[in-house]
Amino acid sequence: MGRYVIRRLLQMVPVFLGTTFLIFVMVYAVGDPVNAMFGDRAPDPATAAQLRAQFNLDKPVWMQYVLYLGDIFTGDFGNAFNGQPVTELMSRAFPVTLRLAVIAIVIEIIIGIALGVVTGLRRGRPVDSSVLMLTLLVISVPTFVTGTLAQYLLGVKWGWIPPAVSPEAPVGELLLPGLVLALLSLAYVTRLTRASISENARADYVRTALAKGLPRRRVNTRHLLRNSLIPVVTFLGTDVGNLMAGALVTERIFNIQGVGFQLWQGIVRQNSPTVVGFVTVLVIVFLLANLIVDLLYAVLDPRIRYG
Amino acid sequence: MRGATRVTWAFGCATVVTLAAAGCGGGGGGGAAAGSDAGIVRAFWTDPQNPLEPANTNEVQGGKVLEMTFRGLKRYNPRTGKAENAVAESIKTDDQQNFDITLKKGWKFSDGTPVTAKSFVDAWNYGALVTNKQVSSYFFEYIDGYDDVHPENESAKPKAKKMSGLKVTGKNSFKVKLNQKFSQWPDTLGYAAFSPLPGKFFTDHENWLKKPVGNGPYKVDSYTKGQSMRLSVNKEYAGPDKPKNKGVELKVYTDQNTGYTDLQAGNLDVFDELPAGQLKNAERDLDGRYINQPAGILQTLSFPLYRKEWQTEKAKQVRVGLSMAINRKEVTEKIYQGTRKPAGDLTSPVLTKSGGYEPDMCGEVCQYDPKEAKKLIEDAGGLPGGKVTLTSNVDTGSHRQWMDAVCNSINNTLDKNDACTVNPVPTFSEFRKDIAGKKLKSMFRTGWQMDYPLIQNFLQPLYYTDASSNDAGYSDKRVDKLIDEANAAGEEEAVGKFQKAEEIVLKDLPAIPLWYQDGNAGYSERVSDVRLNPFSVPVFTDIRVK
Repeated sequence: MGRYVIRRLLQMVPVFLGTTFLIFVMVYAVGDPVNAMFGDRAPDPATAAQLRAQFNLDKPVWMQYVLYLGDIFTGDFGNAFNGQPVTELMSRAFPVTLRLAVIAIVIEIIIGIALGVVTGLRRGRPVDSSVLMLTLLVISVPTFVTGTLAQYLLGVKWGWIPPAVSPEAPVGELLLPGLVLALLSLAYVTRLTRASISENARADYVRTALAKGLPRRRVNTRHLLRNSLIPVVTFLGTDVGNLMAGALVTERIFNIQGVGFQLWQGIVRQNSPTVVGFVTVLVIVFLLANLIVDLLYAVLDPRIRYG
Repeated sequence: MRGATRVTWAFGCATVVTLAAAGCGGGGGGGAAAGSDAGIVRAFWTDPQNPLEPANTNEVQGGKVLEMTFRGLKRYNPRTGKAENAVAESIKTDDQQNFDITLKKGWKFSDGTPVTAKSFVDAWNYGALVTNKQVSSYFFEYIDGYDDVHPENESAKPKAKKMSGLKVTGKNSFKVKLNQKFSQWPDTLGYAAFSPLPGKFFTDHENWLKKPVGNGPYKVDSYTKGQSMRLSVNKEYAGPDKPKNKGVELKVYTDQNTGYTDLQAGNLDVFDELPAGQLKNAERDLDGRYINQPAGILQTLSFPLYRKEWQTEKAKQVRVGLSMAINRKEVTEKIYQGTRKPAGDLTSPVLTKSGGYEPDMCGEVCQYDPKEAKKLIEDAGGLPGGKVTLTSNVDTGSHRQWMDAVCNSINNTLDKNDACTVNPVPTFSEFRKDIAGKKLKSMFRTGWQMDYPLIQNFLQPLYYTDASSNDAGYSDKRVDKLIDEANAAGEEEAVGKFQKAEEIVLKDLPAIPLWYQDGNAGYSERVSDVRLNPFSVPVFTDIRVK
């Protein structure tokens, strides 16, 4: 187990270098960010040259990458072009997005798995069909529609909640955005759980357990559900990464100043230190989430062992 | 180094904040409003692009803060756009080149230190010095000695740290020598780049940036980058326009639509960046609490006069034809919902007629007349190479839509499907690069946002030979001469001379005027007396909270 984790961690190093380099090149290849700082007019060449020197933009790309990576290892992610350290942006954005992601994941797990179990055990019954229909509906309606609609109805029309989340983003204000964000994945979790449960319900070990005289309830929770969760956990693992990075639409609709928004703003303003810095952290989050998922397999299915 | 915070710290903090917030979550957010916000104007904001130094701010969001926290020698009257003395007692000159400036007594920064001649001279020297990397340095280019502190050549080092044209002559007076005659120069001094700076700016720059200190009607109470800024009334403020409210809270929004929703829900009072998609129904949604007034922005279509095929007399006739083939009225009404107005000269309505705005100067050339347009272009032997392309960035401003409309208009006029094609460039910076590299072969968009409401600013930087934003590469001796004369003449005579130069430019038509851009804003029921100044920044001091 320990050796397996170490091996996995070592494998992360080339993946990390490769992804960050690709992102770096892509962001820097887009154009000259210094031009964008001058607004709707021609930049004055002397000032532009000074700015380029400050952000190392006058050096070849590979050298910029090496300099950048060197700084990262000392904990310096550079400054955004408005002079704010990227670490400061991160320390503000990640907690907010993390909170949002946790809310979304919790909603997904509780509601998604519960619905999945109920429908999986009652295949073909009215409950099953109606939940399936609903998930189909949720999957086909894009987030910006559900998001803006919910915001308009609850925030403007009925005035139950403030439509925009305040900068501190307390959990209470994040419930609705979290629900909107969770909806899509929730539908997938339901469907995955349902398929997995209904398949395993006929498995030999379930029959054996029932034949031994175990109560139905215990068989369902300890044997059936546990074994059926593997595909769901895989999905949730990758979803953690998606929720951290891909909450862009939801974050913009509800004025949540999290990772997605910072990334978006970084891209719009061609603020390469912000974009590369955030994506670098996200790469690490993705890698770690995948590692944890793999380790969870062993917990869920005793047949899986890591050596 | 500023950015050398540890990553581990960021993560550590992340967890702590999460836990703390989870513990106390739920209650906080919504209820905080009523009590503490009484009398406070809540306004839309987005993160300023550059640090909030006066000479380093060139966009509206940063400009909003500077307008509240700083007053320069002059201030543009928010209604008329006229430059009026603010900190300046008098600005005198005999030769339009050497200026004697005296300051009013009793002005103080919000930290209590007095505003002196040195505050101005130091600030201007700081703004001009190339190593300080201020994006608005060019505002100081007319001051003698600017070339020494800000050499034009990219790699040259500055020869001096201070401009030789600035001399402090007393506590409240200083002299300015310009490197050319420029009669309207005092009227440029209302721009934020010319603001005075307190000693703290130079001695404790880092902390100053965290909480800027100025001499304007408001002072900054707290500033959380990327989230909000709270301003309250500056008790030291010596100007006449004392705030009619208790303060302003600028709230950063992630998206314009969210701001609009918050305005409708009554959580936001002043919103000056209405999303394009909402313009159509904003007036109705907001029950008339909607402003649409001229801004100093003009959109034009320029031609690459640095290319042979556009230099001939026939090409000039083609340009006139193209101008007449564009249905400006339809585009401004259908695409921009009346927030742009068809242009008839090269200035802007914010100048007012006495300042040189003349909507009929372009005359028939700017009127839609497809028959005449077709005749003109065909008489001139058709379009150079048989067709034209229209290039612009398309990342902002609904540019793609009007480009298509303009091209359609031209194609319909000429009865040809491919006479005009659009060439959308994804980002502004790429587009800018093509312009700077003189790579464009046919028509391209040129937008101009004025630096100060003077006719000089709409002509000299754009049409004087080799001027900084002369993207078309236009050059005409008569225009240069008239502009020089105008700068040397007294202020009133100057406007007439500039207009003569403008007439010549419009005859040569290196750029086709398209439309004047308006600024717009919406406001909540909680406030009244909301209006925009000529730079489309809300005049916060006038706003009353009910």
